[in-house]
Amino acid sequence: MRAAFVRTLMALAAQDPRIMLLAGDLGYMALEPFRDQFPGRFINVGVAEQNMVGVATGLADAGFIPFVYSIAPFAALRPYEFIRNGPIQHQLPVRIVGMGGGFEYGTNGLSHYGLEDLGVMRIQPGITVIAPADHQQAETALRASWHLPGPIYYRLGKDDKTVVPGLDGRFSLDTLECVGEGPHLLMITTGSIASEAAAAAQALAAQGVPGTLLVAATLRPAPCEELAGWLARFAAVMTVEAHYREGGLGSLVAEVIAERGLRCRLVRCGVGAVLDGLSGSQSYLHQKYGLAREALVARALQTVRAQPA
Amino acid sequence: MTGQQIRRIVLEQAMRAHVGHIGSALSVADLLAVLYGRVLRAEHPADPERDRFVLSKGHAALALYAALQLRGWLSAEELNRYGGDHTLLGVHPEWQLPGVDFATGSLGQGVALAAGAALAARLQHSPRRAFALVSDGECNEGSLWETVMFAAHQKLANLIVLVDLNGQQAFGYTDEVLSLTPMAPRWQAFGWDVHEVDGHHEQALAETIATLDTRTGPPHVLLARTVFGKGVSYMESQIKWHYWPMSESEYAQALAEIGALS
Repeated sequence: MRAAFVRTLMALAAQDPRIMLLAGDLGYMALEPFRDQFPGRFINVGVAEQNMVGVATGLADAGFIPFVYSIAPFAALRPYEFIRNGPIQHQLPVRIVGMGGGFEYGTNGLSHYGLEDLGVMRIQPGITVIAPADHQQAETALRASWHLPGPIYYRLGKDDKTVVPGLDGRFSLDTLECVGEGPHLLMITTGSIASEAAAAAQALAAQGVPGTLLVAATLRPAPCEELAGWLARFAAVMTVEAHYREGGLGSLVAEVIAERGLRCRLVRCGVGAVLDGLSGSQSYLHQKYGLAREALVARALQTVRAQPA
Repeated sequence: MTGQQIRRIVLEQAMRAHVGHIGSALSVADLLAVLYGRVLRAEHPADPERDRFVLSKGHAALALYAALQLRGWLSAEELNRYGGDHTLLGVHPEWQLPGVDFATGSLGQGVALAAGAALAARLQHSPRRAFALVSDGECNEGSLWETVMFAAHQKLANLIVLVDLNGQQAFGYTDEVLSLTPMAPRWQAFGWDVHEVDGHHEQALAETIATLDTRTGPPHVLLARTVFGKGVSYMESQIKWHYWPMSESEYAQALAEIGALS
């Protein structure tokens, strides 16, 4: 998604001189094409994310559309109060790009993981929160949202090869994208872990337990009506996210189920505590925290079998 | 517009609303009188080519409201809603109030907003300037120094920061809480054009600002030596008056001391 983001942003920037790109000294081997083509509209502000968001707020107030770029926790958490009191409070079009998310920076350790970015962003009123599932959807999502009036948080993955089968880059604000239908279970996913969820869904279908898989790329404003419609049709739903179990997609689904009084059992696949200091590759960490496709299949089968006949 | 006019409004409104932060507002009264009376270029509050101003020490908002009223951008009727219910005139400023460019209240953020405004002006080939008024206690915030580095590196000549150097913060004197002494060499070391000024001498302040090169060179900082609670003897340099509201007798004495009763 990183290359797709830069490529798409360059195409948009060629058409609209308001677009700027600010980086917090990250983006080596990724942002250079933008820097080289639009030297006056790219600033490496240094390792200073709070200032980056504050400056972007001042730029946006004067008519620019600044994108600020860093690794997810440094983009979302370090300057969080600046985001809240700046572009959110003033309703200005600052775009916060959190690269990675989940365990994409696996061997770098907890400091580099994005495990609560979606949660802390989606509780803020007045911000749009978008987590595309693959690079095709990232491009569509950016083209569909870059011009919105208020702030946006984008959680983007690094992977520019993997695609979610059946998604075909579809994206529109406020909607869920269905990438496979089956009667046994509803699965909902967000962000780049969607490819694992899709692989799990395919394996379930191969075992004669086909389920329905939805991609929720916009978590705020949440597609609550559509979500409730899907949830009403299933006895159980399983959410899959590379995020803490609290605060993100699973919590959103729980809110919809509870507030609408739906009879749908919720199983949240997400990350528990990451406090043991053990790191490794992204796939190792997905396995460790129950997010690899095999674990998702097992959890889905367990959920389906637990339902009353 | 004079600092004493601002002080009078600050005292009247603080008394009426029974709200504190009086000492901080009195400290910056002369700085705001100079800015709003002589320095800030703006046809009207929504003029897109106006100079921008950020009251980064948002807790002095009452002095800002007084300046806005004296400039004719805020009616007396609106001002009388300060500190009430369903009002845009809270203890900290909101951007929805005409004349307020940015909402503030959390310290250490306003200079970054002003730096963005200054950078935008340069990119848009506009002569707009951006001003930010910070407190000395606010300079405890690391985020402020991120912007101090950034603005110098970007040579934001149209950025002017005023530091209200009253030597006090909410819970003590700055030299006892987290010393910033000496202040001038810190800013100089970061590459700023530093001016040490008397923050209560309106003419000297205006003249200093008029000499600044806001087209090329480094950003500017005015280290304005001020007295917390300036003009009211029992408030001057007293920590208590960061938060404390006045009694009736204290109010009468304050008005008398600033010459509002003569």
